[in-house]
Amino acid sequence: MSILVDKDTRVICQGFTGKQGTFHSEQAIRYGTRMVGGVTPGKGGQTHLGLPVFDTVRDAVRATGAQASMIYVPAAYAADSILEAAAAGIRVIACITEGIPVRDMINVKAALEDTGARLIGPNCPGVITPGACKIGIMPGFIHQPGKVGIVSRSGTLTYEAVWQTTRLGLGQSTCVGIGGDPIKGMDFIDCLELFEQDAQTEAIVLVGEIGGTAEEAAAEFIRSQVSKPVAAYIAGLTAPKGKRMGHAGAIIAGGKGTAAEKIAALQAAGVRVAESPAAIGEAVVQALACRDRQQP
Amino acid sequence: MNLHEYQAKAVLDEYGIAIPCGRVVEDADQCAAAAGELGGGPWVVKAQVHAGGRGKAGGVRLCRSIEELTEAARALLGSRLVTYQNAPDGQPVSRLLVEETLPIAHELYLSFTVDRAAERVGIVASSAGGMDIEEVAAREPDRVLRETVHPVVGLMDYQGRNLAFGLGLSGGLVAAFIQLVKALYRVFMDKDLALLEVNPLVVTQDGRLLPLDCKMVVDDNALWRQKPFAAMMDTSQMDPKEAEAHAHHVNYIALDGDIGCMVNGAGLAMATMDLIQLSGGRPANFLDVGGGATADSVAEAFRIILADPKVKAVLINIFGGIVRCDLIAEGIVQAVQKVGVNVPVVVRLEGTNAEQGRALLANSGLAIIAAEDLTDAARQVVAEARR
Repeated sequence: MSILVDKDTRVICQGFTGKQGTFHSEQAIRYGTRMVGGVTPGKGGQTHLGLPVFDTVRDAVRATGAQASMIYVPAAYAADSILEAAAAGIRVIACITEGIPVRDMINVKAALEDTGARLIGPNCPGVITPGACKIGIMPGFIHQPGKVGIVSRSGTLTYEAVWQTTRLGLGQSTCVGIGGDPIKGMDFIDCLELFEQDAQTEAIVLVGEIGGTAEEAAAEFIRSQVSKPVAAYIAGLTAPKGKRMGHAGAIIAGGKGTAAEKIAALQAAGVRVAESPAAIGEAVVQALACRDRQQP
Repeated sequence: MNLHEYQAKAVLDEYGIAIPCGRVVEDADQCAAAAGELGGGPWVVKAQVHAGGRGKAGGVRLCRSIEELTEAARALLGSRLVTYQNAPDGQPVSRLLVEETLPIAHELYLSFTVDRAAERVGIVASSAGGMDIEEVAAREPDRVLRETVHPVVGLMDYQGRNLAFGLGLSGGLVAAFIQLVKALYRVFMDKDLALLEVNPLVVTQDGRLLPLDCKMVVDDNALWRQKPFAAMMDTSQMDPKEAEAHAHHVNYIALDGDIGCMVNGAGLAMATMDLIQLSGGRPANFLDVGGGATADSVAEAFRIILADPKVKAVLINIFGGIVRCDLIAEGIVQAVQKVGVNVPVVVRLEGTNAEQGRALLANSGLAIIAAEDLTDAARQVVAEARR
């Protein structure tokens, strides 16, 4: 098992014939993702990468039974694409696009409420279930099917966590990059809930960063609802206040959202927090060992 | 992107929101004419810088005569104003806002931000105007009122009433406040703002509501559809290195340490800074070269990092995902040759084709130190910076 996507998930790409859409669709196909087509308005009826192109997501869903979509359209059109996918019945929407205005995301979130679709991102690497389904821009080869569920606000920092757990032989059940924007689709809690229910996932890694209070909320959820061992890493201990650190959501505003507060909240919830980004894998090993001691 | 007070107030004016009468001056000699247009004094002269705490720093002065006003303008224009919020060397003052003074009865606080937890626009109001709202929230939480706005229906009258009566307003001020808060919400949404803060919002003795100060921050991601704001950007208010990086679309933030950092990805860039500190060093900057690092972008990043004279060593930390490490290694070699790097450079490459990348660096004949892993990289760069 895994969460969100598996080897049977039928995937389409929105922005399919563009440069990014083409490159990452090729990579996904090569990885073994069950790609069934793509959408580029005005190019319906064509074939691209050996797959059918549709004018609308509705057409794509009708013809292919697509369940998941990855979005590579420019920021100006991304909100429209997300809601088009949701309206057409797509279940998992991974929006890779960076730079979507916050106002658009406020509206998207309100409109998504009654659709039942799960949005991943925007401004994220996407979601991968190793060996089965890759939807996004992450390098496939660093992953290995296994027992650690990873949820992260950062792209390359996710790859660090993945690579370390691969080299330690733990592997991953599913990795979700929830993205660096202040308003986004799935948050830590949504993913923790799914990992807690997933039989394949034995331990969870949470990678957070400065800004907002999502890590504090996740800590409270872990304390009350998560039985599996959790390890974490929080970036930005040395980040100055009031400066936006690359990601739109990574800012300590009004004295809130510091790494120190987040680390303290997670530790209080029993999470093993790695001090160094090079020690995320070790923290998972320790968290698992700790569980084994408690449940012999 | 930050706006100056005079720019923010011009936006309010565009929406028919009453603002104090004022004139912008760029030369002290313009003060007499400005004061004449505003009518009798006294006047207030306010330095236009992108920082709070201007009053305490001497950037806001009350002037009773035209001579006094001209004198104050002369002192402020061309100076650098240092407040508790900005850098130790302050920010340059090249414009002043000269305003009429108002008969203030009391001061309120009102702001609009994106409430991340609610995923909606959040409004904060307080009867403790003119103060730091975070301090008020910490000391007297009962004096802080909050509302969040559903995007479909917008700001409702009842929310305006909650705030108005909560602030202790009565009579005609209640309706005036509701009208104002709805107009400000419209501004916030129409203009893609990340922050709209009116502090203080004053109630005058003759029963008017006026924003005495106004701060606006525009959502950078929306600048493509907010074209007039792009022309209002004042890069003189930014750190010069950050302004330079911004012009080259590089995410760079200056810090006060001596180890320059070049990393792909914002999260990993922050983590690299933290690791340097954990290893006993101090990062000189945050720099994200982005997912598609090329020889050109690496060279540009080197130029920006090395423009900081404090930098004694540089750490390059790349996790090659889609980007291949051997290509990045080539880029680093070319950039070092092109830019003429004269400090030790420690490179950590991991991910796609990392082995080939490391071999390329080792065989380049350049003094580039190839680290074995992340921990080793941090240890080596700290040692090099201390040497």
